Amino acid sequence: METLEPILAEHPFFKGMPPELLKLLVGCASNVKFEAGDFISREGQEASEFFIIRQGKVALELFSPTHGAITVETLEDGDVTGWSWLLPPYRSHFDARAVDLTRAIRFDGKCMRAKLEEDHNLGYEMLKRFVRIIAERLSATRIQLLDIYGTRV
Amino acid sequence: MEHVFDSKAAPGRRAVLSPMVPEIFRVEKYRKETLDTYTLELKPASGTGEHRFGAGQFNMLYKFGVGEAAISISGDPTSPNPLIHTIRAVGTATKAMAKLKVGDTIGVRGPFGSCWPVEAAKGNDVLIIAGGIGLAPLRPVIYQVLAERRKYGKVFLLYGTRTPEDMLYRAELEKWRARFDMEVHVTVDRASSEWHGNVGVVTTLLKKLVLDPDNTVAMICGPEIMMRFVAMDLIKKEMTLDRIYVSMERNMKCGIGLCGHCQYGPTFICKDGPVYTYDQVIELLARREI
Repeated sequence: METLEPILAEHPFFKGMPPELLKLLVGCASNVKFEAGDFISREGQEASEFFIIRQGKVALELFSPTHGAITVETLEDGDVTGWSWLLPPYRSHFDARAVDLTRAIRFDGKCMRAKLEEDHNLGYEMLKRFVRIIAERLSATRIQLLDIYGTRV
Repeated sequence: MEHVFDSKAAPGRRAVLSPMVPEIFRVEKYRKETLDTYTLELKPASGTGEHRFGAGQFNMLYKFGVGEAAISISGDPTSPNPLIHTIRAVGTATKAMAKLKVGDTIGVRGPFGSCWPVEAAKGNDVLIIAGGIGLAPLRPVIYQVLAERRKYGKVFLLYGTRTPEDMLYRAELEKWRARFDMEVHVTVDRASSEWHGNVGVVTTLLKKLVLDPDNTVAMICGPEIMMRFVAMDLIKKEMTLDRIYVSMERNMKCGIGLCGHCQYGPTFICKDGPVYTYDQVIELLARREI
């Protein structure tokens, strides 16, 4: 039977991951599809999963009663939705909504946490990848906060 | 790649006029671009002559009785008449210019400064990265490259702005995006859910771009912080500093390197800039005193 392993191996997030470690993750992964407008996760709900986007576009949104839904970031092919599944209390901080038809690989959070605890080599490989993403998004957020296109900077 | 500054061959001001004497132009068209940005199309009040310029150069625009401001030329260098300036109303002079009407007159000194390396980039891929009003000084590059499209490799335009409403030249962006020979990506810092495009800083657009670092020339214009982060990412993508060009901005007054207002380290931005290679400014960008 064909597994998701070759698809994972090609995804930028898993670039350089030793094949024997990648094999361990396949059991937590499944193929999913979201239509444009579908919510992938909702703010405050249990973050029981994360997604790597194969194709499409996902908006991370915050809802304000006065401004409606505000998009703070969009994610595309090759991106990963987030890390709330990794840290207690395992709650999503944003709404994630498919802007276009989006194909992704879903990873079950509990399954993943168990695997990462069990095999620290795998845990370290995954953590390195998430830390890079966190650092990139932190840096981008800092620039966004400066409002560089405004008149004050 | 050799450092080639097109400014050496930049079209200069007509010799008959002193660089300190403004020539009178008349507003032919006035177009509101965004809430605080507008475009003026100008023609000589005398009715004759054309104002040749190189992509990246600027003019000193004089609102009579108010003051002067250095404004990049945002029109087509291959078709310099009318003279086009896109201006953001941020200071006394530019706010006063925002009130100009068709038929009003304005003083023009210039063109001044160095140019983007459009000629030197022939045979290379061209990566144009603009932030906010920074698209205005880069639009002449796009016109010039597209006028001789076959002489360049791939052409990328990455544009970041604050919100979808702050986007400049929207109709042209859509037109460029529809071309098969140019890759255009736009992102905004924040948007409502009505916006279908990208949200995130301009550097996020660079992440997925596959570049050939030895055969690409990058031209960046926008807020200084944005240019620093973009340049950092290009260096991570193995581009060398001499292939990265930035346009600097300081308080320019005389336009000819005499008054010293725009001194930037050992150079004057009005005369030696505004376009520099990144290796010329990388040390200066890190100095707070400058």
